Amino acid sequence: MLRFARRRLFFFLFTYVLSSLIIFFLLRVLPGDPAKVIAGGREAAPEQVAEIRAELGLDVPLPEQYLSWAGNFLRGDWGKTIAFRGADNRDLILERSRNSARLAFIALALSVPLSLVLGVIAGLSENKLPDVLISLLTLSVVSLPEFVTGLFLINTVALRWGRGPLASAIGWWFPASSAVPANASFGEMLPALWLPAIAATLVLLAYISRLTRAGVIEELKRDYVRTAALKGISRRSVILRHVLRNALLPTITVIAISISWLISGLVVIEFVFGFPGLGSLLIAAIERRDLPLVQSIVMVTVTVVLCANLFADAAYALLNPRIKLE
Amino acid sequence: MMTPASDLLLEIEDLTLSYRIDKRWIPAVRNFQLKLARGQVYGLVGESGSGKSTIAMALMRFLSGNGRVESGAKMRFAGEDLLGKSAAEMRAIWAKRIKLVPQNAGAALNPSMRVGPQVLESIRAAIGIDGVEAERAMMRMFHDVNLIDPEKVARRYPHELSGGMQQRVMIAMALVSNPELLILDEPTTGLDVTTEAVILDLIRQLIAERDTGVLYITHNLGVVAQLCERVTVLYAGEIMEDDRADDLFHQAWHPYTLGLLGSLPRPGQNKRDALLHPIDGNPPALKDSSHACAFAERCAFAEDICRDVKPPLESLPDGRAIRCHRWREIRDGELHLVADDSAAAEPAHEGRAQSLMRVADLTKHFTVGRSLADVLSHSAPPPIRAVDGVDLALNAGQALGLVGESGSGKTTLARLIVGLQERTGGKLELLGMDIRNSVRERSPDVLAKIQMVFQNPQNALNPYMSVRDAIRRPLIKLRGMNPGDADAEALALLRSVNLRADYADRFPGELSGGEKQRVAIARAFASDPDLIICDEPVSALDVSVQAAVLNLLARLQDQNGTAYLFISHDLAAVGYLADTIAVMYLGQLFEVAGREDLFQPPFHPYTEALFAAIPVADPRHRVEATLLSDALPSAQYIPGGCRFHTRCPRAIGPICEEEEPPWRDAGAGHVIRCHIPIEELTEAQTKSAAGAAMD
Amino acid sequence: MLPIGQRITASLQMIKALLRQPASALGTLIAAFFLFLALFGGQLAPYPNPNDQSHNARVSPTLDIGSLQFGEHPFGTDRLGRDVYSRVILGASSIFRIAGLGTLFSVLIGSALGLLMGYRGGMFDEITGRVIDALMAIPALLLALVMVGIIRNMDFDIGSWQAELSNNVVLLVIAVLYVPVVARVARSATLDIKTREFVEAAEIRGETTAYILFREILPSVIPALVVEASLRFSYAIFLVASLGFLGFGARPPSPDWGLMVNENRGGYYQLTPWALEFPALAIAILVIAVNLMSDGIRRAVQKSA
Ligand code: SF4
Ligand code: SF4
Repeated sequence: MLRFARRRLFFFLFTYVLSSLIIFFLLRVLPGDPAKVIAGGREAAPEQVAEIRAELGLDVPLPEQYLSWAGNFLRGDWGKTIAFRGADNRDLILERSRNSARLAFIALALSVPLSLVLGVIAGLSENKLPDVLISLLTLSVVSLPEFVTGLFLINTVALRWGRGPLASAIGWWFPASSAVPANASFGEMLPALWLPAIAATLVLLAYISRLTRAGVIEELKRDYVRTAALKGISRRSVILRHVLRNALLPTITVIAISISWLISGLVVIEFVFGFPGLGSLLIAAIERRDLPLVQSIVMVTVTVVLCANLFADAAYALLNPRIKLE
Repeated sequence: MMTPASDLLLEIEDLTLSYRIDKRWIPAVRNFQLKLARGQVYGLVGESGSGKSTIAMALMRFLSGNGRVESGAKMRFAGEDLLGKSAAEMRAIWAKRIKLVPQNAGAALNPSMRVGPQVLESIRAAIGIDGVEAERAMMRMFHDVNLIDPEKVARRYPHELSGGMQQRVMIAMALVSNPELLILDEPTTGLDVTTEAVILDLIRQLIAERDTGVLYITHNLGVVAQLCERVTVLYAGEIMEDDRADDLFHQAWHPYTLGLLGSLPRPGQNKRDALLHPIDGNPPALKDSSHACAFAERCAFAEDICRDVKPPLESLPDGRAIRCHRWREIRDGELHLVADDSAAAEPAHEGRAQSLMRVADLTKHFTVGRSLADVLSHSAPPPIRAVDGVDLALNAGQALGLVGESGSGKTTLARLIVGLQERTGGKLELLGMDIRNSVRERSPDVLAKIQMVFQNPQNALNPYMSVRDAIRRPLIKLRGMNPGDADAEALALLRSVNLRADYADRFPGELSGGEKQRVAIARAFASDPDLIICDEPVSALDVSVQAAVLNLLARLQDQNGTAYLFISHDLAAVGYLADTIAVMYLGQLFEVAGREDLFQPPFHPYTEALFAAIPVADPRHRVEATLLSDALPSAQYIPGGCRFHTRCPRAIGPICEEEEPPWRDAGAGHVIRCHIPIEELTEAQTKSAAGAAMD
Repeated sequence: MLPIGQRITASLQMIKALLRQPASALGTLIAAFFLFLALFGGQLAPYPNPNDQSHNARVSPTLDIGSLQFGEHPFGTDRLGRDVYSRVILGASSIFRIAGLGTLFSVLIGSALGLLMGYRGGMFDEITGRVIDALMAIPALLLALVMVGIIRNMDFDIGSWQAELSNNVVLLVIAVLYVPVVARVARSATLDIKTREFVEAAEIRGETTAYILFREILPSVIPALVVEASLRFSYAIFLVASLGFLGFGARPPSPDWGLMVNENRGGYYQLTPWALEFPALAIAILVIAVNLMSDGIRRAVQKSA
């Protein structure tokens, strides 16, 4: 167990460092000089470019740049924004992350139970009607790009229905725009969260429910299920005590993996709804060529993804007796 | 032998079972019948595709969704009609009265649940007791199946138990409700011979104490002979013959039964004494054939009538049932299997034995789980010592057999010699030259000289390469032939393994297991090697096909003067094919002997146990064997001293635990590695053999 | 030596199995229809120049489903007077080219890498594996956005090539983005196949690594790769559309579906809802169709295995 934990932790750190290297070099080595960009492009005066280079620390060798950047990141010194009137990167990112996390939380709270239920029902009725319906649902409606569903929600639910007799109710619950102030409290933000959260739920639903279904179908074929049935216990007990116990274990990993998926989806959803989250910040940062800000945002998401994976691994190992001895 | 009606536990009549395949219902079992009395042990023997497991599932009313029982069948269990039972009634029967012990106990236990709760669940469903009472019942049962340290076992997860222990748990779970009927479906398949012997002994003992009727399903005639009173032989879903075990094994009247018995090498039988009688052809595929004898395609006695009229199942007055048009002729001795009694010739060059290969102090230690993390943190568990100092010599044209349980390191040894794995120490000489570690470093000449036949024909051939290409490739690659010559030679090779020329254009998916293995053998011979390593070449094949492949190997060896290293867990198969036999245990050799010497005292104590564990296909030859415990130590933590001392029935005290035993010479190249002197071994073993014979 | 005959029969069987499932058959058919549009859009569109602004602006769709009358502007015109119908048809080609070629490159590179990782094993595998893990820790869309954003900003000297280049940037990004995923799939399939004894038989014959990888192992890995490629293709379409929508794909005024959706949302939606709805519908239908198709391919491959 200890060995396992140590191994996992080692891999976590190793991967983390590698990811940061990739992000760093992606942004530094790819042709294109951030200083030149900031100074105004092709016509920029060379002296001005040099000045900005020095300011950003771009005039020292790359390994040194990486180390000082990584050190600053770990210390929490993420620099000042270029694009947002010199606001502190860290404050900006943390505030936006919190908003995105609220959205993600609601999306997970809605999608995980729902997709588990759908997946289990589909798996237990393989190739029968409920399964076919659920498969079609998850495959089609739910595999739409987030901006299509997002726009549908805005244009149809919020705008069209919002004008009908239920206007006031729908209007409060489902405002067409989620462009609330970034520093609003959870309560204030709640109405603005619903529609984007529903769009995000759909992103995960398909993924988690299909893998759950596959897990259930696979477990049902195993010999131990027959053993359990031939004990003469009810089908309910066979499924609850034996099948689901094994089928749902890998789902932990699936959910962790889907976090990365969800983050991608949130970028689009926040953009569509104008929600002040990390994703919309990223797009703004890229558009305004604020590379240090971009770097820090990506590092934060990588941290979240890797922590989720680590957590899932640990949970899986704790719950799955077969891993302990390794 | 009529059974009184009151004793009748299970009565099946006219049971026909079909499977839905491509929208058609195809019968898998036809007109099956069975009368099983209380306390009787009934064997159901058949190869793959015979429908034996389907019968078991139908009997439990647990057929999968694409299977069904055709109308007209009768299944009465203790006087009750099983087919009329509702799902709830069947559940009650499953809970208490009919129990199944399946093959592969490891998969039959829930991997994420401790063993105890799984058994308790069964107890609760069967007897309706709970809590301490149930736990006590479980412990009693665990004790009855000889599980050491039952409390600990109950707290374990299935994967933490050995195969033998898992099967004991399954048996405990089945017997705890004192069922009226116990179905054992290949309960020892996949276990080592030594473990199999222990489990069989346990089963025999447990059912002797009870009044349980037992249906024992297996492909292994030896096991049936050792355990069953009465046997039904199934082929392609039909009963071929049904009789008391003693009569069946000594006076079989059905050509199929005769064929099966003839294709089994008896322990000690060698190709030079007499060749086996294989059954021609392939095991049956599931198809609709209602107008011929199911066995006609493979039967040596088939006549026109066999192909036109299906023989009826005749019940004879002495209780035997048989399905054959010609059983009377066979009974009266008018028909014999045209025995190819010509034994294989002695190899011509045996006199001036030329040394082919020498292996000295060969070792292979596997480092365990050495990942990036371990390398960087300088911590690694001890290595697995799979091969731990083996010396071996092999002459040209000689067949050397290598036996041992799984985990003995015999396959690793083979892979070291062929170069698929790199040795960590020792020397390997071929024709007096040192040869390199791995195939990557060996020259084409050396590669051509050593070839291999693998265990699993399913995987031995590339599914996307035709038979022709598979055989041509080594001809081109290793013998430098041009494609035209290679083509002609490939056809010649196909002929030499008894396959028609039109097989050249087939793909592996279109071949049966036996045919694939023939192609693999042809491919191995293609480079004209001096040495072929056969790693369990027949153990994945059906019994009826094994003999043909063994005979083929024997013939090709004599024709080509090739040396074999023949690896098997099956002492009888090794004894049949090999001239010299080496016994391996936990990475080391324990005994090397000529084929005449190995099967009689003196034995190494381990060889003795292996020998005793073989289930002999003869009910009159039931031995009370010296049984080994089923706990093979891990090659990662090999016991000190004699590495066999933890299981050795003849251990003579501290010396065995502390000192490595010496090699002792028993004459004529027969060597034994044991602390017990040869004379004492001979004496003790001759005595116990005599004792067994007197029983 | 390649069993071409067998390969063809196997493919035909798979296509048959694919078409036997109604949903996947429908998906395949629709995807094929879009491919047709992508190939021959230039001939099919009533106004082959997507930026022809000579029409009246904000014409409502003239398509009448009941009588199957297309009219002059079946999908209407946008606020600049461009024919939406033509733009939707012409937009098919770029999405197919980018997603298709991007997927193709990633599958080619990824499978070669995965085969090598799986077969070689050891430190090479472990280290490459870690790099793949590290790449995959960055959410796909973020990585794509960052790469597109940077490459697009990198050089101002290209001038008029810029629009063309930015399309190819997305293609490049897709190729890079999916290499790790494909490599993983290929690697695990290879790990399974390489322990098969026919591979060892080839090693015993002294075959070269290239021969073993491509002649012995690859044929058995292809089914898994086909499934993965079809799945990647559906994700790629998804991604191209999303990037276009976010303004990181094609540059205006190209008839990119995602871009068209973006250009016509918000206030413009009130004026010309059709200019948003038809490209959105096209994306939705294509994504669903490709998804159904790839699901069918997965089932067909599983069945034949
Ligand atoms: S009926 Fe004919 S073919 Fe069948 S077993 Fe008897 S002799 Fe052989
Ligand atoms: S040395 Fe001792 S333990 Fe080993 S085989 Fe001989 S008697 Fe048994």
